[in-house]
This record gives sequence, C-alpha cells and structure tokens, in this order.
Amino acid sequence: MGLVNQTRLLTAASELVRNMMRYGGGGSCMIEIVSSGRNNGVRLTFSDNGPGISDIEAAMRDGFSTGRSLGLGLPGTKRLVNEFDIKSKVGEGTVVTIIKWANG
Amino acid sequence: MDKIPILRMGAFLLVTIQVDLYDRLALNLEADLVQMVNKTSAKGVLIDISAVSIVDSFMGRIIGNIASMSKILDAETVVVGMQPAVAITLIELGLPLKGVHTALDMEKGMNLLKSMIDDTEGEDELDQQDNDPITE
Repeated sequence: MGLVNQTRLLTAASELVRNMMRYGGGGSCMIEIVSSGRNNGVRLTFSDNGPGISDIEAAMRDGFSTGRSLGLGLPGTKRLVNEFDIKSKVGEGTVVTIIKWANG
Repeated sequence: MDKIPILRMGAFLLVTIQVDLYDRLALNLEADLVQMVNKTSAKGVLIDISAVSIVDSFMGRIIGNIASMSKILDAETVVVGMQPAVAITLIELGLPLKGVHTALDMEKGMNLLKSMIDDTEGEDELDQQDNDPITE
C-alpha cells in the first residue's frame, strides 16, 4: 500500500479510535487483511459498548458534534477510505467498519 | 511531564514536532505557545511538522487554535514542512485550518512571517503619520 493510502488509513483509524475513547467508553479494533479480486486491502472494525449514536445521519454531516470537536471525524473518515459502514444502537454500542484498498 | 521545547528567535517562536504528539502533549503545547507569545510579545509562530506523518482532526484543531489564539495576541502562525501525504489527507478530511499560513520550509516560513510583519508595521506607521499634527 502506497504512502498516501497508508496515511489515509492511519488518519481514519486515528479518528475512529478517538471517537471510541471519547464517546464510546473505549472498545476494540479488529484488523484484517482482505482481498477482492486482484485488490488487497485492510479492513478495520471498531466496536464499542457505549451509548450509541441516536442520529447517524446527523453524525455523518460535516461540522456536527455532540462534543466540542470539529465534527469531521465520521464524514472525514468516510472520505479517506474506500468502504465505510456504521451501525449503532442507542444504549448498546456502535460498530464502524472501514476498508482501504492498496490500490484505490 | 513531557514538554515540546519552544525556541525563541527574535520576534518569532519556533516549535519542531518530532515525537508522537499524544493528546495531553498537544494541549500543553497549545497552552505553552500562547503563554509564550504573550510573555515575549512574539510576532510570529513557526510550527515545523516535517517529521509528522499523521495529522488527524484533533491535531488540525490544535493547530487552528494556536493560530487563532496567537492572532488575538497579534502574532501570525506559519506551519512548515507539511508532508504531501498529510496535505492530501487534511484536504480530504475537510479541515478548515483558517488563519494558518503554510510554507515549504523554515527559511521560507520565516521570510513569509517577516513580510507579513513588515506589511502591518507599514500600516501602523501610516496611521501614526495621519495622527501627527506636524505633518499636516
């Protein structure tokens, strides 16, 4: 994976870990090597048992923040990676999955 | 307690970030820099991030805060040595970085600061001439 894609992946991971620590009360991250056809990549799955996100649509908007942050973590991360998925249930927790392909 | 060293060079403050900037360290740097701008009446702050390979939105906010706070204290902020991959990521993240000037290296950064300061000092002199009764 080239340097720019590595940087994108690491920056995205930094955003998601920060969210997990600040809002999710901590959690875990699973790192997997995945492939699709001839493309190889890294899949990161961030899971927490925190309060969950009540309005995912709002959370995915630039500038929206329930803390005092810039509100760029989730929408920004989505822009940095190739595939982005978020599932959350209030009172149960949140799972964010991202995939960054080596060539993509 | 770890501290990032802040060097003083005339009217400028220089900071080089060469370690992994964890949250507490970044927040201390923000506070220390602004204190020093105030204490030394610095006119410019140079932040060298040539050794930094990841800048996330938290770090971006710290840099933005340093620039805004310094501006209130009449100092400009220049970030130098941004790695290309970092520049790309910052744009894609959508970080505003308002009021943060950039330059390729320390030397260009200092020249930029000097030109900005000369501009404002020129304005101050013009203001004074207007108020001086002798020149009328």
